[in-house]
Amino acid sequence: MAEALAAGTTTSVELTEAHFAQIEKVDVAVHAFLYLDKEGALEQARVSDAKRAEGEVPSSLAGVPLALKDVIVQKGIPTTCGSKMLEGWRPPYDATVVTKLKEAGIVILGKTNMDEFAMGSSTENSAYGPTHNPWDLTRIPGGSGGGSAAALAAFEAPLAIGTDTGGSIRQPAAVTGTVGVKPTYGGVSRYGLVAFSSSLDQAGPCARTVLDTALLHEVIAGYDRKDSTSINAPVPQVVKAAKKLDVKGLKIGVIKELQGDGFQTGVLNRFHEGLDELVQAGAEVVEVSCPTFDYALAAYYLIAPSECSSNLARFDSMRYGIRIGDDGVRSAEEVMNLTRHAGFGAEVKRRIILGTYALSSGYYDAYYGSAQKVRTLLIRDFNAAFAKADVLVSPTAPTTAFKIGENVDNPLAMYLNDIATIPVNMAGIGGMSLPCGLADEDGLPVGFQIMSPAMRDDLMYQVGGTLEAALLAKWGAPLLDNAPVLAAK
Amino acid sequence: MAAISRDEVSHLAKLARIDMSDSELAHLAQEMEVILGAVARVQEVAGVDVPPTSHPIPVNNVVRADLVRPSLTPEEALSGAPAQVDSRFKVPQILGEE
Repeated sequence: MAEALAAGTTTSVELTEAHFAQIEKVDVAVHAFLYLDKEGALEQARVSDAKRAEGEVPSSLAGVPLALKDVIVQKGIPTTCGSKMLEGWRPPYDATVVTKLKEAGIVILGKTNMDEFAMGSSTENSAYGPTHNPWDLTRIPGGSGGGSAAALAAFEAPLAIGTDTGGSIRQPAAVTGTVGVKPTYGGVSRYGLVAFSSSLDQAGPCARTVLDTALLHEVIAGYDRKDSTSINAPVPQVVKAAKKLDVKGLKIGVIKELQGDGFQTGVLNRFHEGLDELVQAGAEVVEVSCPTFDYALAAYYLIAPSECSSNLARFDSMRYGIRIGDDGVRSAEEVMNLTRHAGFGAEVKRRIILGTYALSSGYYDAYYGSAQKVRTLLIRDFNAAFAKADVLVSPTAPTTAFKIGENVDNPLAMYLNDIATIPVNMAGIGGMSLPCGLADEDGLPVGFQIMSPAMRDDLMYQVGGTLEAALLAKWGAPLLDNAPVLAAK
Repeated sequence: MAAISRDEVSHLAKLARIDMSDSELAHLAQEMEVILGAVARVQEVAGVDVPPTSHPIPVNNVVRADLVRPSLTPEEALSGAPAQVDSRFKVPQILGEE
């Protein structure tokens, strides 16, 4: 699309209108979007076209439309985080990511659906109803960023922004046959990202190809003084790396602990075929062991709820969001209790209570304290593994997309979906998911995960770009060409 | 260790400032027992000699120059307020009537 814009064969206004037409046609069935900013998007598109006519092209993605996850604030545009708590709220400022998108001339179509406050693996925890997987509308699109991934897979947007706390970019990418990247922690500013778990949250790029993802990565990455955890270092050269298409001499570490029990056969088959492609392209494969990974999920489900119980204390009904039961008689505390009862959904309450427990005196050392120690051990595992390999690989998710409703009453089964993605967040390193085929059992997309050391995001793009090219040559067409065509309802 | 009573969940809900119905409390107590049973595994490997990690990428002592920069106007800051009066957030009574 960027090429067509540069060649003058289309305009940003045409592209934007075409995507709104597709949204109108299919989003009744997919429900990827929570809010559409038609007027604003078309205005951005007009500005982009006018600037291009004068020779001003702020980035290689200028004029290309994008879908924004509803956890990132955009000035004046409703931002709900998939929660009733923020219904009707219009933020008074732009997130740094949004500022960068606007400066790059990217057109923001609207806000995408997600699990409430990014807590979930299926987008079923949205207060506004689930998003449906374009490959099979009875199945989940992953989560928490299911709306962004589904929008890409349903051709409602060519680019999207997600956020990834335990896999919320990569797992949706895996189950929808799209590409998603969690950059190194601190690589993309968190300013304006509504916090769930501050030491794990990371915004990142989503697209249908590795190169598009890299181009978007370069737009949104970089140091930001408004985020105290932002890394003040040059952005890794991810676009250059994505174009390299060469992995000769690179060592690829296969993580022993992320391919055994609980992984679907079809997922493992496609994963190993992807690995074979990398070997044929000249990479060397070594097996690495990360014994603490068995404890990563347990540690994550203490650290993330603990941080969430603290972060979500801000929703107190005093300064923004909804307020319930303020009759002039009730106290602030009573109103707060009523508002939080009505405003939060079941999963958010579950995690706040779990986090409150893990942080309470008497239990702190046994739970939160121990989880922080596991985090140290996970980082040591990664360091040892990266001493043997340049990048590490695994399937992104243990299964393909499950049915909507299948796991809603079983939080532990739901949490298991993140088993391969969570270690990356715990260590703050980079992770990518790209499609590596369809599972034999159900014909649904499988994700291949590549992990790179902190601030070496370029390495996962180099390997991902090479694998994508090899698979494309083998298939003859992009995987998404196999997805069913969504008819208008 | 992992057993957690309905009353304990009720206490946690009070700490977290969330009203909960009896059925919510009972349901959550059951779920908490299962989840805590699963996550308690972290204690198996968390030895005394392992230092805790709060943050994956060490970034220390981030300070900024003490300069006045553009920020939200009072109107913008109040734009999402559930209630306001005279350029201030209006909140329910905090200390009671006495």
